[in-house]
Amino acid sequence: MADKTIVIEPVTRIEGHAKITIQLNESGEVADAHFHVTQFRGFERISQGRMVHEMPSLMARICGICPVSHMVASAKACDEILGVTVPPVGVRLRRVLNLAQIVQSHALSFFYLSSPDLLLGFDSDPALRNLVGVARQTPELARDGVALRRFGQRIIERLGGKRIHPAWVVPGGVSRPLEASERDSILAEIPDARERAHRTLDWYKKNVASWTDEVAHFGDFPSLYMGLVHEGGNAAYSDGLLRVVDSSGWVMADGVDPRAYGDYLGETVEPWSYLKSTYFKPLGYPAGIYRVGPLARLNVAERLGTPAADAELAEYRERLGRYPSSSFHYHYARLIEIVHCIDVIDHILSRSDILDPHVRARAEINRNEGVGVSEAPRGVLIHHYKVDDDGLVEWANLVIATGHNNLAMNRSVLQTARHYIKGDQVKEGMLNRVEAVIRCYDPCLSCSTHAVGQMPLQVDIRDAEGSLLRQVSR
Amino acid sequence: MSVLTLTIEGRDVAGQTGGTILQVARENGIAIPTLCHLQGLSDVGACRLCVVEVEGQRKLLPACVTAIDEGMKVTVNSERLTAYRRRIVELLFTERNHVCSVCVADRNCELQDLAVELGLTHFDLPLLSPQASVDATHERFGIDHNRCVLCTRCVRVCDEIEGAHTWDVMGRGTEARLITDMGIPWGDSNTCTSCGKCVQVCPTGALFEKGRSVAEARRRRPYLPYLVAHEGRTR
Repeated sequence: MADKTIVIEPVTRIEGHAKITIQLNESGEVADAHFHVTQFRGFERISQGRMVHEMPSLMARICGICPVSHMVASAKACDEILGVTVPPVGVRLRRVLNLAQIVQSHALSFFYLSSPDLLLGFDSDPALRNLVGVARQTPELARDGVALRRFGQRIIERLGGKRIHPAWVVPGGVSRPLEASERDSILAEIPDARERAHRTLDWYKKNVASWTDEVAHFGDFPSLYMGLVHEGGNAAYSDGLLRVVDSSGWVMADGVDPRAYGDYLGETVEPWSYLKSTYFKPLGYPAGIYRVGPLARLNVAERLGTPAADAELAEYRERLGRYPSSSFHYHYARLIEIVHCIDVIDHILSRSDILDPHVRARAEINRNEGVGVSEAPRGVLIHHYKVDDDGLVEWANLVIATGHNNLAMNRSVLQTARHYIKGDQVKEGMLNRVEAVIRCYDPCLSCSTHAVGQMPLQVDIRDAEGSLLRQVSR
Repeated sequence: MSVLTLTIEGRDVAGQTGGTILQVARENGIAIPTLCHLQGLSDVGACRLCVVEVEGQRKLLPACVTAIDEGMKVTVNSERLTAYRRRIVELLFTERNHVCSVCVADRNCELQDLAVELGLTHFDLPLLSPQASVDATHERFGIDHNRCVLCTRCVRVCDEIEGAHTWDVMGRGTEARLITDMGIPWGDSNTCTSCGKCVQVCPTGALFEKGRSVAEARRRRPYLPYLVAHEGRTR
C-alpha cells in the first residue's frame, strides 16, 4: 500500500474556509496531518495609507462574527496613537460590547456549530447533524442557543446601532453615550439569559461523561496557555496584561504589557497555510506551542470575579484539575464564560455612572505607534499600527486568536486523526471527529460563513504522487 | 425680463428668461436628480445626472445648464433617462474606490443616496481600482482621492464664495485629480484659509474633518446660508 493523503475540504461548521489533509503511510497509519487555512484577506496591506480614525471600522470588516473584538483591539491601538486616556465610562461601555460579543459568539460556537456533534453523536447521520436536527430532538436546547445569541446581538445593536459592524467604537472611546432606555432594556433581558446559560451548563455537565474517548483524544497534550488578566489575577477581557502559564501551572510570563508582545511571541509562516503560526519565543519554535481562548483564559486566571461563575469554575477545576489540557474542554470553559459575561454585563450596567455623557477623548496624532489588545471570543487579539505624522497608516500587524492556536490545532488534528483513522476505509464519523477537534477551538478564519444544514464535504484519497485514488462525498 | 411658458412632465409651467430647466422644475416641485449642482454655486454640468429629454432634440441635455425656451417640452423621467443616470452613478462608483462601509460619509452621502434612489444594486462594469492617495497634511481637514467624484463643488465654493481659489483640477480623464494650489500638499497651501467650506459642500466622504470616524461626517449646509443668497446671481 502506497502513501496516501486524505483531504477534508471544506471543513464544515467553522467560521471561514479551511481544509484538513491527513497523510497515511504505507501501512495505512496516520503519518502526519495539517489544518490549512485556504483563504487570504490581506487587511494588513489594505490598511496602508488609510486614516487612523478609520481603522476600528475597517478592521471590524475582517469578520462578521467577531467585529467587536477587532474594533476594541483596533481602537485601543488608536488610543495610544492619539495619546489619550479613554474616559472610564467609555472604557466600561466598550467592555460591555466586547462581553456581549463573547456571549453571542460562544452561543454560536456551542449551539450552532458544536452541539449537533455533542447531542446527536459524532457518528450520527450527517444530514441531520445540524442545528435543525438539534431543534428536532431537544427544542429547548436549540431555543436556549438562539436566545443567548440574540441576547448578545441585541446588546451590540442597542449600544452600537446595528448587530454587525457597528461603527460605535472609535479612537478615544465610543461615539455616543448610553441612554437610560437602552440600559433598562438590556438589564430586563439579563435574568432570562442567565437562566438559559445555567441550564445549558447543567446539561453539559450531566453529559460530559459520555464523551470520555473524545476528551482523551481531542488535542489532549501539555502546552502553554496565554490570556489577559487583571492585577490580582482575575480574568480580563478588554483590558489587563498578558500572562503565560504552562500545563503544570508555572508562570512563564506575567504582567506583560501588550506593547511588548514582540519580545514574547514569534511568528512563522508555513507553506501549507495562509495563517501565520505564533509561538512563545523564549521556548522557540515549535516547542513554544501555546493555546488561547476559553480553555487558556480559565487556566491563566486565578478566578473569574463573579460569584456564580467562580462557583462553576471551582467545580470545573475539581472535575478536570487545575490546568485541564484537553482541547475538548474548550466547550465547558465556553459555557462558564457565558455565565460570567452575563453577570459582568449586569454589574457594569447597574453602575450609577454608566449613563455619563463623557465617553470620548479627542486628540490629534501624538504618537506614531500603537498596540491594542483584547480578548476575542477565541482568545488574545493584538493590533499593532505605525502611522505617519498626519495619521496615515504606514504599517499594520495583526496577531489573531486563531493564529495563536494554529500550532495547537495542527497537533490536535494529528492526535485525533491518529486515534480514529486507520487505513483508507474511513468512516464519515471518524472524519467528523477530525473536524470536530477544530471546532473546539472555534477558529475564526476571518470570514463569517457558517453552515446551518450541511455544506458539501469531499474527501480525496490520494497516493504519494498525488493522483486521486478514491473520492468520497457526503 | 419676460416670462416663458413650457411643459415639464406634461405640466404647464413658467419661468423667467435665463432660468434653467432645473430651476423651473424644482420651483414646481418636479424632482431631477443632481450631484455636482449646489444651489448658490455656479453650474458646470459636470456630472450629467440631471440629463433630460427635450422634444425635437436628439441629444439629452443637462437641466442645470440648459436655459428654458418658449414652448419647450421636457421629459424628466423615462426608462431611458433612469438607465443613463444609473449608469453614470455606476461609472462614478467603479472609477475610484468607494467603500461605504468604512467611509466617514456613510449614510450621509449624496452618491450613496443616488445609488439607492436609482436602484443601483450591483456593478456590471469592472472596477478600475486605481491607486489613489489620501492627503492628510492639513491641520484640520483631509482629502481622500479614492472617494472624489470630481463634481468640483469644492473648487467652485472656494473660488466663488471664499475667494481663495485654493482648489483646482489637474489632469484629464481617469487621471484627473483635485489639487491644492499648484499641486502642493494641502498643508503647505498659502491660499487656503482653512474655512472648511469645501468640506461642507463635498457630496461624498472625499473631503473630511480629521478626527471623524466612520459614518461621523456631518454636513452642516445651513453653515452656508449665503450660498442660497447668491442664488439670484447664478444662471
